[in-house]
Amino acid sequence: MTDLPEYRREEPGAQPPALHPAYASTVKRAPQQPPIRLPHTLSEITGPQWDRSILRASDDDLTRQHQGAPLGERIIVTGRVIDEDGRPVPATLIEIWQANACGRYIHPKDQHDAPLDPNFGGEGRVVTDDGGRYRFVTIKPGAYPWRNHANAWRPAHIHLSLFGPAFVTRLVTQMYFPGDPLIPLDPILNGVPDPAARMRLVAAFDLETTKPEWALGYRFDIVLRGRAQTPPLG
Amino acid sequence: MPGQTPSQTVGPFFHDSLSWPGAETLIGSATKGERIEIVGRVLDGDGAPVPDALLEIWQANAAGRYAHPEDGQLKPIDPAFRGFGRCASDAEGRFRFATIRPGRVPGRGNALQAPHINLGLFARGLLRRLVTRLYFEDAPENAEDPVLALVQDPARRATLLAKRVAGDRAVYRFDIVLQGKGETVFFDC
Repeated sequence: MTDLPEYRREEPGAQPPALHPAYASTVKRAPQQPPIRLPHTLSEITGPQWDRSILRASDDDLTRQHQGAPLGERIIVTGRVIDEDGRPVPATLIEIWQANACGRYIHPKDQHDAPLDPNFGGEGRVVTDDGGRYRFVTIKPGAYPWRNHANAWRPAHIHLSLFGPAFVTRLVTQMYFPGDPLIPLDPILNGVPDPAARMRLVAAFDLETTKPEWALGYRFDIVLRGRAQTPPLG
Repeated sequence: MPGQTPSQTVGPFFHDSLSWPGAETLIGSATKGERIEIVGRVLDGDGAPVPDALLEIWQANAAGRYAHPEDGQLKPIDPAFRGFGRCASDAEGRFRFATIRPGRVPGRGNALQAPHINLGLFARGLLRRLVTRLYFEDAPENAEDPVLALVQDPARRATLLAKRVAGDRAVYRFDIVLQGKGETVFFDC
């Protein structure tokens, strides 16, 4: 059978290495052997498929999942998921999780001395439309301490998990907020070698997305790996 | 050309968002194929359990076809099998999947691959996903698999082979060592 076209490989500098000692948890978990380069077969070119039927009501609005409104600054996050050729990635699942406005996760392992919010679970899901667009409503998460080094604080961030069309396009990342003074100090973000690529993880404030008298808007586009050649139709 | 969005760690707090009841069970009563269980542990460079890993598997159905539009092979689609599963490791680093033994899928050129399950691993301390493959130690097709052939050292190749656990049920053990002695082979794909 004819080989399907491969996906493009990693962009130099855009993806973090396994070992990044400033992020202490990498030291005992990063593999020491170099990874073996895998040619792309059907196993890599295929991947799980999603559609909107898996979504529950309010999955895309983290402020409406409980009896009352959560505390904090309501925000709208929107953007497009595209590939490296600028083509939209439709029907892809984006899973979202984040701390509440005080910087606390609703998770048994989070022992930060900050209040939980009974009206905020901090998890959501969206599926991109035909243009690769997505949009969700949430509250701005707080910064929190994390003991990686003395006086270590994570900048405010939202976790995003994406699948894309193939096993190799899977991406888990974090979105940061513009102007956050903790950004230059964060070992996790600084694990990305290329400073320009690092800044791709900082959302842009967007007045067009901002809804008058209601919520600030942020724009965050996500670029998944593209195809080395266009796959044949059909 | 727009630049790739960088990967960041999944962190320790993903559980409520990225797992759901039954995510580690890929099969239902109508699924075709031989039922198997995959069990294993994730261990760090000190041999200590990794209690906050997320494992994802992706595999072909029993006939060797992926539930994906680009798999155009003339093999049956199994409507009762999607081929994707997830499991978060527990406090002892253990994970478990209930699935079926996948059929063979083509490799590049005229090669045919041995039955395998694609595995992705996320965790705190991993800034990017680790990718490996699970093969079955007792599969004679392994001898001609083009990906296993890329791993020259037999001891390293053995890290990709799930071992049948003695007993009536088809249970395969597949431990994942992130670092150091017995380090699992990971792939750049």
